Amino acid sequence: MGDRLGGSADDYVAGILRGDRRSIARAISAVENETATGRAILRNIQRHLGRAQLIGITGAPGAGKSTLVSALIGEFLGRGRSVGVVAVDPSSPFSGGAILGDRIRMERHSLAERTFIRSLATRGHSGGLSRAVVAVVDVLDAAGFDLIIVETVGVGQSEVEIAEIADTRIVVCPPGLGDDVQAIKAGILEIADILVVSKADLPLADKTELDLRFMLSVRDPSARQPAIVRVSSVASIGITELADSIDARRDLGVGKRGIGSRARMRRLFAQEAANLLRRRMTSIESPALDALCDAVACGDIDHEQASLQAMRLVMEGCR
Amino acid sequence: MSTAQRRIRVLMGKPGLCGHDRGIVLVVMALRDAGMEVIYSGRHNSPESLVEVAIQEDVDVLGVSILAGGHLGLCERLAKLLRERNAQDIVLLAGGFIPPEDIPKLKAFGVREVFRDGAKLEDIVQFIEQVAGERAAA
Ligand SMILES: Nc1nc2c(ncn2[C@@H]2O[C@H](COP(=O)(O)OP(=O)(O)O)[C@@H](O)[C@H]2O)c(=O)[nH]1
Ligand SMILES: [Mg+2]
Repeated sequence: MGDRLGGSADDYVAGILRGDRRSIARAISAVENETATGRAILRNIQRHLGRAQLIGITGAPGAGKSTLVSALIGEFLGRGRSVGVVAVDPSSPFSGGAILGDRIRMERHSLAERTFIRSLATRGHSGGLSRAVVAVVDVLDAAGFDLIIVETVGVGQSEVEIAEIADTRIVVCPPGLGDDVQAIKAGILEIADILVVSKADLPLADKTELDLRFMLSVRDPSARQPAIVRVSSVASIGITELADSIDARRDLGVGKRGIGSRARMRRLFAQEAANLLRRRMTSIESPALDALCDAVACGDIDHEQASLQAMRLVMEGCR
Repeated sequence: MSTAQRRIRVLMGKPGLCGHDRGIVLVVMALRDAGMEVIYSGRHNSPESLVEVAIQEDVDVLGVSILAGGHLGLCERLAKLLRERNAQDIVLLAGGFIPPEDIPKLKAFGVREVFRDGAKLEDIVQFIEQVAGERAAA
């Protein structure tokens, strides 16, 4: 099974495990495009996965994500770690083309041996963006990168879903946007393990941190409390602390060998299953589901019971 | 089986010291509008880093814009690095202020085509579509 440049899946897998950069790069294209070779590569690397810690970084456009990724690459290389990066940028809804510019900010690491940076466009993945990103992450994991950072713009459901799959989710909040509501609306505060107040060299960073602390304090107290870290990538403030928080999560067992790849596959499943269920449950013609709705409305059955029953009905292809 | 169509991937960069990036940005946008994925690596890229990025991004085409001279040395070096990395299948294109008499030399180094300042965007798009098509069929 060859591809356009003549490599077989076995050649690619051998190259990936050797850390050969052309093999890694072409394998990424193959899995991203879901070619037959790509599927064979994914199958054959499965037993080499689970070592990398996956970090998701999201936030508004211009929040300082790429600059932060660059600073983190430097910090982790200094700690003896290797770093893979997947930088996702939106495709044009008109042409399907894309300008992928994140790596301009990471230029100083282009030649670093223990770094591999790959740009990915949001469009054109028939199996969904999350699935494509997980496949690319798998290739980098098999290639032996200790940390894999995925950068996505925190707008749009599919982008937020990518961050959700990560072991450690970082939401970047820049000062001076003024609209704290924006972050809540997008629902991205909810997914954060670590909230980063970026551009801490700017005076408004104080207010942003206060706003975030206030928003967290008025949430449901049982909700997960993310750490807040102030960072300036240009003035090198807080990068060590942020890397420490990321490492602390690794020490908790997040991303340990054999655990990471299954964990992200489960989260991907959860998303895909939820999407599938939502589509079916809202569109299927079913007297049984209608009856269930009436029963909930009358108070004959509680919501949780009804949801479980509805899931069962949908899975059985209900009538 | 729904297999996604691979989009043409292009790396555009500016080696050397020239600072202007209006021309290259216009080309980048035209390629995006033609449906391509364009990695833009900004200004002041070394030939070494352009070739490394071209490999990591698995591009079909590496396009460089050179406005301040030095195109002969830069392109010779780019072509040599691509060969050293066994990546000469990546199509090398050059654009910018390039005297016509230098074009044969550039092509001898391994530059596939030269688009001098003032070249039509449609011609650049069409050429890239053509060479990427040949590459996909190879
Ligand atoms: N003052 C300041 N500006 C920053 C900092 N980090 C990034 N920026 C600027 O913010 C802009 C957007 O940065 P970028 O990393 O591309 O943001 P992204 O869109 O979230 O990836 C750029 O002009 C950066 O120079 C920082 O720590 N301090
Ligand atoms: Mg960015």
